[in-house]
Amino acid sequence: MQIRVLAFAHLREALGQAELAFDLPANATAGDAWAILAQRLPALAAAGPSTRFARNGALVSAQEPLCEGDELALLPPVGGG
Amino acid sequence: MLAITRAAIDLAALENRRSGDGGVVTFAGVVRDTAEGGRSVVGLSYEAFEPMAIAEFERIAAEARERFGDLEVTIVHRIGELNAGDVAVAVVAAAPHRDAAFEACRYCIDELKRRAPIWKKERYADGQEHWKANAARG
Repeated sequence: MQIRVLAFAHLREALGQAELAFDLPANATAGDAWAILAQRLPALAAAGPSTRFARNGALVSAQEPLCEGDELALLPPVGGG
Repeated sequence: MLAITRAAIDLAALENRRSGDGGVVTFAGVVRDTAEGGRSVVGLSYEAFEPMAIAEFERIAAEARERFGDLEVTIVHRIGELNAGDVAVAVVAAAPHRDAAFEACRYCIDELKRRAPIWKKERYADGQEHWKANAARG
């Protein structure tokens, strides 16, 4: 299945882009997507031990199953205000 | 109004009070020229996951109304390149009486800093940069 990954702040910089289309095995979870990305991009792994996930705009755990066409946002610790 | 903007924040224009509001509290978060440790800061670069940030502002404003009663809440956060002295965020809480306005304003800015998907990179005078997360508060 294909999902869309969004990355912010230092995770965006580590990824080299704000958004990418990403192929995953069926039944993959948010945590699986992260593990595959981090394996390909060591800079991402180094940047992201405290990363949280949002699936289609809602915070989810790493165990959240993903579906074809999902948007998975990678959210570093926030710094607004 | 709950918004993310790239334009300069005009505090006076945000004072959105109703005829029955006797207390209006405005908080402005301003870019400091000095980081923790005394390092000289030129400016900050902010970015947001905008749809999720607005949804979070809506939840925070709704929680403030549940806790502190009838309120008019305005939250505006600026993103993009900001310089020292620029207003990065404004929260305005208007209520019939001052206690609710003060408490709601404080609640909204504290929760925004804790929860809203917004990030900032400090840009230092020596040319270095650093993504700066907010401190966790108990």
